[in-house]
Amino acid sequence: MISLEGIHKHYTSDSRRLHVLKGVNLSIDDGEMVSIMGSSGSGKSTLLNILGLLDTYDHGAYQLGDTVISAGLSEAKAAQLRNRFIGFVFQSFNLLPFKSALENVALPLYYQKIGRKARNYRAEKLLDMVGLGERTKNMPNELSGGQKQRVAIARALITDPRMILADEPTGALDSATTDDVMTVFKEVHRTGKTIVIVTHEHDIAEQTERLILLKDGQVERE
Amino acid sequence: MWDLDRWQEIGHTLSRHKLRTGLTAFGVFWGIFMLVLLLGAGNSLKQGAIDRFSGNTNTIYIWVGSPTQYAYKGFAKGRRVDWNIDARDMLRKKLEGAEVVVEINELGGWQAEQYIVHNKRSGTFVARGTHPEVALNSGYAPIKGRFVNANDYDQKRKVAVLGAEVYKQIFEPGEDPVGQSIKIAGIHFMIIGVYKSIIASENSRRDDSRILIPNSTLRTAFNQTEYIGSLRIKPKNGVSAVKVEEQALALLKEYHHVHPQDTTAFGYYNTEKNYMKVVALFNGLNAFSWFVALGTLLAGVIGVGNIMLIVVKEKTREIGLRKALGATRGSIVGLIIQEALVITALAGYIGLVAGVAILELFAILLVKFDIPGFGAPSINFTTAITALVLLIISGLLATLLPAHKAAAVNPITALQDD
Repeated sequence: MISLEGIHKHYTSDSRRLHVLKGVNLSIDDGEMVSIMGSSGSGKSTLLNILGLLDTYDHGAYQLGDTVISAGLSEAKAAQLRNRFIGFVFQSFNLLPFKSALENVALPLYYQKIGRKARNYRAEKLLDMVGLGERTKNMPNELSGGQKQRVAIARALITDPRMILADEPTGALDSATTDDVMTVFKEVHRTGKTIVIVTHEHDIAEQTERLILLKDGQVERE
Repeated sequence: MWDLDRWQEIGHTLSRHKLRTGLTAFGVFWGIFMLVLLLGAGNSLKQGAIDRFSGNTNTIYIWVGSPTQYAYKGFAKGRRVDWNIDARDMLRKKLEGAEVVVEINELGGWQAEQYIVHNKRSGTFVARGTHPEVALNSGYAPIKGRFVNANDYDQKRKVAVLGAEVYKQIFEPGEDPVGQSIKIAGIHFMIIGVYKSIIASENSRRDDSRILIPNSTLRTAFNQTEYIGSLRIKPKNGVSAVKVEEQALALLKEYHHVHPQDTTAFGYYNTEKNYMKVVALFNGLNAFSWFVALGTLLAGVIGVGNIMLIVVKEKTREIGLRKALGATRGSIVGLIIQEALVITALAGYIGLVAGVAILELFAILLVKFDIPGFGAPSINFTTAITALVLLIISGLLATLLPAHKAAAVNPITALQDD
């Protein structure tokens, strides 16, 4: 289970101190598929960064499964936990242009110091799972938007993470491709993975089990 | 550890901007190339200059000079010192720093030429008395036969070694002179060898136009038993020739009742002084070469640092992604440093090899065209390794800032969509 209790986060911008998250309480069960929505400035990106261990919080408590994530988590520890427990899917895919689909998918395992052969074996299986078994050697510029996002999903899955964090995963896709990608997410969800999708699209949110609405740095409704 | 992925990424980064990488690498290449060339050329000139001393890097020559400048111990000024073989023997006894003290005579006086006859051919040449010890550091190499040895000297044998020019003039080409006889000022000498000056200099022809005979023979055969032309003194190992020269002059002045302040009664020449000047000059040149080349190298390395800063800027998003996927600071820093080191080490190594190749080529040309005044242009192994180590350290230092910037990339801002 993922649980956040009374999470506060401040930013200082132009000597102004902004209170972005104002005591967020949230819990997500293992295997749940939830979406987070909120208007611009509601704090959803900050929440996603804290959930993804890309940023730290000021006050509160965060527990990721059995691991307590402290407020002053070191950068090295955060990198290690991200690599082991969290898979990221971004709006703009963020594939490395000079690596093939297979190499992109295998990249997180490189940072676990897993051998090339084992990495590639697992990457091939995942690409097969997302329907790109024939495209392993293709470079990103040889793939469509939907295919790129499926590669990104395979990359997010390769470390067998506890949670997939998707930030506007369909924001750059047309409606048909969006459906394809959401189908993949649902398939992944069926395997028991926890999926958190940040979106501003209602029809995406409706496809998740639970919607968390953020407003002014607080959870307004679940 | 061999990491194919990392090398692939480095290869990709470097090949993505071939011109930029090439120009950056050229800066480093040029720095090390210039360093090798300048040091090699400096060594060549230095060796050429040192070779001119033909081993006489600390030899003192003393002869009787002008009349005395001062009245001293009952002797009026304007007296010319009248020395003889006793002066040599006195120095052998009292001059503690000296290894060898020998007298050198020339038949008929300094540089006086003698009528030399061999069969029907003849010529005029200087006949000089020599010593077995002198041969070892006079820059003479026997091209036929041998040099004067201790037996020749001790037994006052009537043997002669011809300079190459003498041989050319009084023998038929290809004729073996060893064992044949020549007449020097009417006295027969047996030829035991022919020598050639091994140092190519403006004095080579003069040196090769002499006939060398044992000085003991010269003194007895030509009635110079007591006479000495000049003294040649070699200090002991580790003893300064300048000090020995001062001591020798003081002893000679005292022995011949010459005022200690007299500066003209004895003439002298000390090769150590000139040698030290040459060494100092070339050490200066060497330092200047390092200064210029290191400056060039520094510019190249700064270029690498600059390029790596640009690389980091261009790769900000990529670095952010890698961090999000679990890359640690260390792995990011390692990637940047490795990229820079590949450029510096590879370009530097090519510069080093190219520089050494050019030096080797010059060395071949110098020998082929027999160009005098230069030694073989080369740099020693230690210098080459020092240059490479300096290069790698400089490369590392130049990469510290870009690597630090890369490590500090915030994945949140790096991954923000525009």
